[in-house]
Amino acid sequence: MKQLRSAILLTLFFTVFTGLAFPYSLYAIGKLMPRQANGSLIKNAKGDLIGSELIAQPFSKPEYFHPRPSGTGDLGYGTFDKDHSYAGSSGTNLGPTSDKLINGIHKKTADGKDDPSNFDGIKDLADAYRKENNLAKDALVPADAATRSASGIDPDISPENANLQAPRVAAARHMHLDDVTHLIEENTQQRFIGVFGDPAVNVLRLNLALDKVGKAL
Amino acid sequence: MTVNGLLQILLYFGIILVITKPLGSYMARVYEGEKTFLSPILRPLEKLIYRLCAVREEDDMRWTTYAIAMLLFSVVGMILTYALLRTQGMINFLGLNPQGFNGSQMTPDLAANTAASFTTNTNWQSYSPEMTVSYFSNMVSLAIHNWMSAATGMAIAIALIRGFSRRSAKGIGNFWVDTVRSTIYILLPIAFVGGIIFIAGGVPQNFLPNQIASTLEGAKQTIAMGPVASQEIIKMLGTNGGGFFNANSAHPFENPSNFINILQIIAIFCIPAGLTYTFGKLVGNTRQGWALFGAMSVMFIAGAVVCNVAEQAGNPFVAKAGVMTAQTKTQPGGNMEGKETRFGIGATTLFATVTTDASCGAVNGMHDSFTPLGGLVPLFNILTGEVIFGGVGAGLYGMLMFAVIGVFIAGLMVGRTPEYIGKKIEKFEVQMSMLATLILAASILGFSALSANTTYPPGTSAQTFDDKHTADEAKLPAMASWNHVNGSSPSNYLGATTNNTNNSGAHGFSEILYMYASSTGNNGSAFAGITANTPHYNTTGMIAMLVGRFLMIIPLLAIAGSLAAKKRVPESSGTFATDSGTFVALLIGVVILINVLTFFPALALGPIVEHFKMALMQPPV
Repeated sequence: MKQLRSAILLTLFFTVFTGLAFPYSLYAIGKLMPRQANGSLIKNAKGDLIGSELIAQPFSKPEYFHPRPSGTGDLGYGTFDKDHSYAGSSGTNLGPTSDKLINGIHKKTADGKDDPSNFDGIKDLADAYRKENNLAKDALVPADAATRSASGIDPDISPENANLQAPRVAAARHMHLDDVTHLIEENTQQRFIGVFGDPAVNVLRLNLALDKVGKAL
Repeated sequence: MTVNGLLQILLYFGIILVITKPLGSYMARVYEGEKTFLSPILRPLEKLIYRLCAVREEDDMRWTTYAIAMLLFSVVGMILTYALLRTQGMINFLGLNPQGFNGSQMTPDLAANTAASFTTNTNWQSYSPEMTVSYFSNMVSLAIHNWMSAATGMAIAIALIRGFSRRSAKGIGNFWVDTVRSTIYILLPIAFVGGIIFIAGGVPQNFLPNQIASTLEGAKQTIAMGPVASQEIIKMLGTNGGGFFNANSAHPFENPSNFINILQIIAIFCIPAGLTYTFGKLVGNTRQGWALFGAMSVMFIAGAVVCNVAEQAGNPFVAKAGVMTAQTKTQPGGNMEGKETRFGIGATTLFATVTTDASCGAVNGMHDSFTPLGGLVPLFNILTGEVIFGGVGAGLYGMLMFAVIGVFIAGLMVGRTPEYIGKKIEKFEVQMSMLATLILAASILGFSALSANTTYPPGTSAQTFDDKHTADEAKLPAMASWNHVNGSSPSNYLGATTNNTNNSGAHGFSEILYMYASSTGNNGSAFAGITANTPHYNTTGMIAMLVGRFLMIIPLLAIAGSLAAKKRVPESSGTFATDSGTFVALLIGVVILINVLTFFPALALGPIVEHFKMALMQPPV
């Protein structure tokens, strides 16, 4: 009985102390770093929210760099329209010997439309990437370009991936390739202390930098 | 293996090595009730807690009382969490439910599974957090267990250490005191500093509702918000692993950069590694602690290397599609499916090894999409009982259990009564150690076999996800509801439980095996393709988690009680030295051997057969 009383009281203590006091203390300290604490949001000149530099957003126009394919939700990247709801964050969770992962699903429904369960396999993604960037039919594509990330909202692409997209972007914007390459370098995050992780290019920051240069022209 | 991959492993290990002694001796002082540099601030708080919670600091508990206190603490917390989750929709305390989650998705089986999951330090999540639980639920219903279950694990480890360090003693310490000290002297200071660094590194900490952005190309995008940092730090430090977001530490808000990533895996290993030193210090011979540390280190590095090599080698099917496999300076190569660009192969495989060596279960890449051998490493790590550094406390007491079995086997070989740390290891201790080992194996293999062979309603032929739209719910027998997906409308799933896997064939079986290994081992990571949010999986998973936690702890506390009561036997020339390299090798042998013998048949049906299918380029399924 004595132990039960302590068990209940201590649980209540933990509830208040670690469940409320701790997060609110950090919240208060986070007020000193509002940009980070609020999700590294980016607003445009008008003050409208255009995204977070940590969260990938979809790009398909040729004048923008494109992020990795997304396994999150019907439209990907947490985007939505009236028919689709927000779908969180996730990868495909398909294993290495999955037919769906490698070859995809391409079906037509009885009325000749695309089946909603259709899915682009890695082969499709690699082919689409080559076509989009005018690469040779047998060109090797970077490992991150034809695979889906773990979160579905991976904000980065590899420098190789960016370099292969650069000619397309430069052509669409009538820019010198060197200028685009320079912007890629400026927006590349190197390994932490030269060891941990991999170099990565933030797609949204890079595209914003491109738009900025474009407006200056 | 790439040079950089190896460098990441070795540099990380070096950091852990440096932390072990200072943190370990600090923890030893804390548990001995000695003064530390934080005592002036924290000692008054500690005394206040004892007064508020009716704890008598000077009480010394027998192992039975200790076990009862531990169980009551867990049960009370579990009931509280169950109740709060079920009533989630009614609670809008302090505006902590801005998305207005009404709680209807928190069905009884899901809430029970989740309550058990967080209480047992597992943090298995059958649900998708950002779509299911409010900020209040995350902070108050769930994250409190990240502290409570971690402190409980540390307390149990200290109690077991006292079994070795005390002589002819009746008690093994005071559960409440050990729990409170673990929390305020160890978890709290590190979590506080770590949390601030996390925020500075870009992990959000706010109470805003989800933000809607208009992207550069004009799409509407939801950006989830919330008090992430406060949950993130304790999730790693307490080796809990329950993510604020579905993608866990792969989500850029939970783990925005490689700086934060390396801090996260240091947070996982620092306390378990430090506790080996605490152990040595408290039993009066730090070499004993370093011997455990050594055995753990060898297995950790071996696992990390194998995982890295397998993932960097990649997937021949993907290579055939014209995707780069070799790492270059500008792109990662290897198997990048389900991995983040910023982490690449090296930091993802290191994270996967660390999180499953420990009972953390946070992931920064999707284990389900690993290559067969790359995925075998996390699975095998969990199957060892997570004794490679392991969970906070849980790793040490698990490894001590294997040490008991190890000296017993050594004793059999040389024909002497086994001893460990000056205590005779007799029938009772060996029986209890084997009991814990066997119960865990039975839970993993039994539930896997069940879920690989069950159909709801029994006897009908399997239906698949493709049939889901045609299934007419009203016509189904009541039993069929056992395999309905919770929260989907219409509730639309029945048939064989193997249909809940996201992959077919051997990989599908791996998903099931991984789930019960993870639940029983209180890890919480997943081959996450499996749709576990059905009454069948929620219920069996819950039982596996409770079995894995409490039927391991109770036998160990019994061992602690029995050992504490024994006299210390003086070392003689015939004593097997347990601080020697021979013992380290023996310990590794015991851990590997017991688990290989137990789990090889199951592993052969899953990752091993899949590896050969992939290597021989058998048509994908």
